Amino acid sequence: MVNKSYAVEVDQLRVSRGGRVVIADLSVRIPTGQVVGLLGPSGGGKSTFIRALVGVQVVESGTVTVLGQPAGSPDLRHRVGYVTQSPSVYADLSVEDNVRYFGRVLGAAEAAVQEAIDLVDLRAHAHDRVENLSGGQHSRASLACALVGRPELLVLDEPTVGLDPVLRRDLWDLFGRLAAEGTSLLVSSHVMDEATRCDRLLLMRSGAFLADTTPAQLLLETGTPDAETAFLALIDRAEATTRSGAGGGSAA
Amino acid sequence: MNGRLTLLTAGRVLRQIRGDHRTVALMLVVPCVLIGLLAWIYASTPAVFDHIGPALLGVFPFVVMFVVTSVATLRERTSGTLERLLSTPLGKGDFMAGYALAFGAMAVLQALVATAFAVWVCGLDVAGPVWLLVVVAVADAVLGTALGLLASGFARTEFQAVQFMPAFVLPQFLLCGLLVARDAMPDLLRWVSDVLPLSYAVDAMKTITASSDALGDVGKDLVVIVGWIVLALVLGSLTLRRRTP
Repeated sequence: MVNKSYAVEVDQLRVSRGGRVVIADLSVRIPTGQVVGLLGPSGGGKSTFIRALVGVQVVESGTVTVLGQPAGSPDLRHRVGYVTQSPSVYADLSVEDNVRYFGRVLGAAEAAVQEAIDLVDLRAHAHDRVENLSGGQHSRASLACALVGRPELLVLDEPTVGLDPVLRRDLWDLFGRLAAEGTSLLVSSHVMDEATRCDRLLLMRSGAFLADTTPAQLLLETGTPDAETAFLALIDRAEATTRSGAGGGSAA
Repeated sequence: MNGRLTLLTAGRVLRQIRGDHRTVALMLVVPCVLIGLLAWIYASTPAVFDHIGPALLGVFPFVVMFVVTSVATLRERTSGTLERLLSTPLGKGDFMAGYALAFGAMAVLQALVATAFAVWVCGLDVAGPVWLLVVVAVADAVLGTALGLLASGFARTEFQAVQFMPAFVLPQFLLCGLLVARDAMPDLLRWVSDVLPLSYAVDAMKTITASSDALGDVGKDLVVIVGWIVLALVLGSLTLRRRTP
C-alpha cells in the first residue's frame, strides 16, 4: 500500500477549525527528494494543511501518511522538521542556545548544531539573543532549530515572508541544496514568483488544490508568462466551471 | 518520560531565568523585603513575629513561583515553542518535570536567602531546626510551580494567567489557618481547608515554630504537599495536547 517514493500521501482529508470547514475533501501525493511549493492566498488553508501533515492538527476524517507512517506518529518526531509561520524560538536565549536545545531534544550532536547555524548564515550572531535580532534573522534562527535534527521531511510555513530579495534567494538556494542531498521539502508561500524555485507546485485556494504540477507545465497549460498570471487564470477557470453549474466539481 | 529530556528542559529554563537579571533579583529580594517589613511591624511584639514569620516564609515562595511559572508556560503556548516541542520526541511529562525541576532549583536558592535573612537579620526564633524551614519552603515553592503549570493550562491570555493568582492562591491563603485557626472555622470551610495544600504548608511551619521535635509531624504534612505536587503535574500534563483544533 505505502509507496516509498512519496513523502506524503493524503486521502480525503477533512479539517474544520472554529466551526468552519477549512479543508473539505483533499487528496494528494507529494514525492520525496524535491522542493514542493504550497502556494496560494492567505486564508486558503495552507497552514491547516501543514499542521495536519506534522500531526498537530485535529482532523475530522481522512488519512495523512508521512514517510510511510500515520502523521504525528512517535517515530516521525525525529524525522519531520516543522517551522511554524511565526518564528517559534525562545527570544530570551541566544541563537546557539536555541539550536542546541532543540538539537539535543532531537538527539543531534554538537557538530550538527554548529552546521545548522552556518546553514542559515547566523554565525556572526550565534551568541546574540534572538530578541535583539532582525525579523529575518529571527525566522532563520527558527529554521536552524528544525535543520539541526537533519529531518527527512522539512515542512516550512511561509519561511520567506518579510525577507529581503537577497535573503529569499539564499534561502531558496539552501532548500535546493537540501533537496539535492535527499531531503523532501514542502514550503508554503503566498508570493507567486517563488513558484519558479520549486520542483513541483501545489496551488491551493479555499481548501482545495487548483493545480498539482511543475512550474513549466503550469505555464504551458495556462499559456501565461508567469506564475501569478497562471494562478489568476486557474481561478477564473475554476469560477467559470462553478458558475456554469457543474455542481461544485473540482477544476484541478 | 525520559530523564535526559527532562534535565535538558530544566537546563534551558534555568538559562532563560539566568539571562533575566531583574527577575532573579525580584525572586530573591522581594521575600526578604516582605519579611523585613513584617518584622518591623511587630517590632514591639517579637513573639508575634516568631509566630507568623515562619508561616509567611512558606507562603511567599508559593505565591511567587505560581505567578512566574504560569506566565512562563503561557509564553511557551503563545510563542508556538510548545507546539514545536510537542512535535519533537519531547514528552509532556518531560516538559512538566523540566519546569518543576528548574523552578525547584530557584526555590532552593530563594528559600536559603529568605530563611537566612529572617533568622540572622530579623532575629526570627523557632523551636525546631532551621534547615527544616528551608525544606518546607522549597516544597511550597515547588507546589506553587506545579499549580502554576496547571493553571496556565486554563489561561488563554496573560491577563487571565495573572488573574488566576488571586483565584487559585487567595482562597487558600484565607483558609490556611493564618488569619483564623482552622479549628475555629465553620465546619464546611474547615473541610475545604483540610483538602487544600497550603493548609499543610502553614501547619508544617507552625509545628517547626512551636516544637523542637517537629520532624514526624512535618513529615506527614510534607507527604500531603508532595502528593499535591504530583497530582497538579499529572493534571497539568493532561492539559497539554499534541493535536489542537
